[in-house]
Amino acid sequence: MPLSETIPQMDSSTPSAKATPLQAPAILNFVTAAESVDEERDPSPIRQYLSTCGNGAFADKTFASVMLICALSIFAIVLFIFTILVARSRPSLAQFGFGFFTRSAWDPVSGDFGALPFIFGTLATSLLALAMAVPLALGVAIFLSELCPAKLRAPISFLTELLAAIPSVVYGLWAVFVLVPIMRDQLGPFLYKILGWTGFFEGSNFGVGLLTASIILAIMILPIISSITRDIMQAVPTSQREAVLALGATRWEMIRTGVLRNARIGIVGAIILGLGRALGETMAVTMVIGNHPDISKSLFAPGYTLASVIANEFSEATGDMYLSALIEIGLALFIVTIIVNAIARALVWAVTRGAPARVH
Amino acid sequence: MGVGIDVEHLNAWYGSTHTLQDINLNIPANHATALIGPSGCGKSTFVRCLNRMHETNPIARATGVVKMGEVDIYMDASPVEIRRRVGMVFQRPNPFPTMSIYDNVASGLKLNGFRNKAILDETVERSLKAAALWEEVKDDLKKKSGASLSGGQQQRMCIARALAVDPEVLLMDEPASALDPVSTSKIEDLIFQLKSQYTIVIVTHNMQQAARVAENTGFFLNGKMVEFSSTDMIFTNPKDKRTEDYITGRFG
Repeated sequence: MPLSETIPQMDSSTPSAKATPLQAPAILNFVTAAESVDEERDPSPIRQYLSTCGNGAFADKTFASVMLICALSIFAIVLFIFTILVARSRPSLAQFGFGFFTRSAWDPVSGDFGALPFIFGTLATSLLALAMAVPLALGVAIFLSELCPAKLRAPISFLTELLAAIPSVVYGLWAVFVLVPIMRDQLGPFLYKILGWTGFFEGSNFGVGLLTASIILAIMILPIISSITRDIMQAVPTSQREAVLALGATRWEMIRTGVLRNARIGIVGAIILGLGRALGETMAVTMVIGNHPDISKSLFAPGYTLASVIANEFSEATGDMYLSALIEIGLALFIVTIIVNAIARALVWAVTRGAPARVH
Repeated sequence: MGVGIDVEHLNAWYGSTHTLQDINLNIPANHATALIGPSGCGKSTFVRCLNRMHETNPIARATGVVKMGEVDIYMDASPVEIRRRVGMVFQRPNPFPTMSIYDNVASGLKLNGFRNKAILDETVERSLKAAALWEEVKDDLKKKSGASLSGGQQQRMCIARALAVDPEVLLMDEPASALDPVSTSKIEDLIFQLKSQYTIVIVTHNMQQAARVAENTGFFLNGKMVEFSSTDMIFTNPKDKRTEDYITGRFG
């Protein structure tokens, strides 16, 4: 009889029952009433069932350990990949040492390898892609979240997300047949004419090269940045928008102060995700970057990225040194990604001085 | 100095719901005016029409004439201009969490491009003093986030933020309903002091609060204004049966 067991405990632990004589009779009445009910009827089936349910300690512990295993598996996977990369690139690591990452040579015939042009190509295309995609993505997100008429919101959001679902080889094909000719015949000459003096648009322009690869990358990372940014902006409470509007803000001032400022950490997170995709993107870039390990100031010049050289040359890599150099390129990509992410996070921390934004 | 507000035939809708029906009202300058009534009666919508915040909701619209002094706020001015002249304090404190206390209070001025540091400093101090918060925060104005204050302090900071742009009218939409009794009485003291310099319109659920702070009180019910007169009259000698029922607690 669970009820009659709990009632005396409650009674003795409730000071008001003893302290205030006025309330005591009421509680005593309750006890007697409850006991009389107990004697008349069977204990309620719900109480009977609940009393057999145990104390929940086993369920809590199991749940916690299963989740812990899931979390640890992430460490295990990362560690496993890293170990394999290091182990398999041992010949190249032994021969070139740290110099592998700072050398420009890439000569499979004489067995001379260095990763610098690929690191340059990866960083240059990714950062250039970010420079193009971020303003556009923020614009799309601001429009969708703050300005868009309700009727247009769903179709535009759907299209943005569709852009993310297109396989990268299709982007590559589109770039080869559409973007490359445009770059060669219209955009390239135009850029040379107005910005040629900067030195970034020098040399022969075949339509393939760093700039073309960056543009296709920008298009590919646009949807992920804009849709995450939009979601984050929509999560900013209306009270923040109203607070700014009530001070006499224009629409843009409201968005800047009331929305973007509160969402900035999340927006940087979205940009980091986009950057992650740009760093690792292989297929589309390989198809339009020119695949030549050069370090050139000109954006028209062909380049090569870490991911492209692995995709292009792995199947034809003859000899242990060539193979292990390519695996070390993979290691370089791994490290570059970690460093770039670390820098981005340090940047967030510097902007917010370690205090996460709290939004009510 | 505040300015009086004349409201004529004000109607407002949320979607197809007619939330305000033909409201006519004169709110005198430099006095506190309280609006009471049960939840959903339209009093919040009414104050949101006075600074054109109502129309920020895409499904909301309003018709009628609202004159602040000589200015018809719906015909002669943009919402941005009106909101610069009409400060608003919301039901729940809404500080900017990523800004320091100083920046929170200065945000209205900075927003409008004001950059003179000496005047900004002075305004922040004056506004925080007017909001009775200066003594509590003066040592960590720029160190602490606006969100790190207690609820009552946050609300007083929001009042300081509204006062910093030197408005003529101060709208308060249940400013103390999310606060404990001590903070509430501080806010009420504040309203009592501020009303000589600003026209204050305060929405409240708490009839004692209306009686304590306001010279005039309006009673709203189901989107209509049932009665508007001096607070004494409303509470001691209401003309309308519905007002009497409400203030004596027979409904609502």
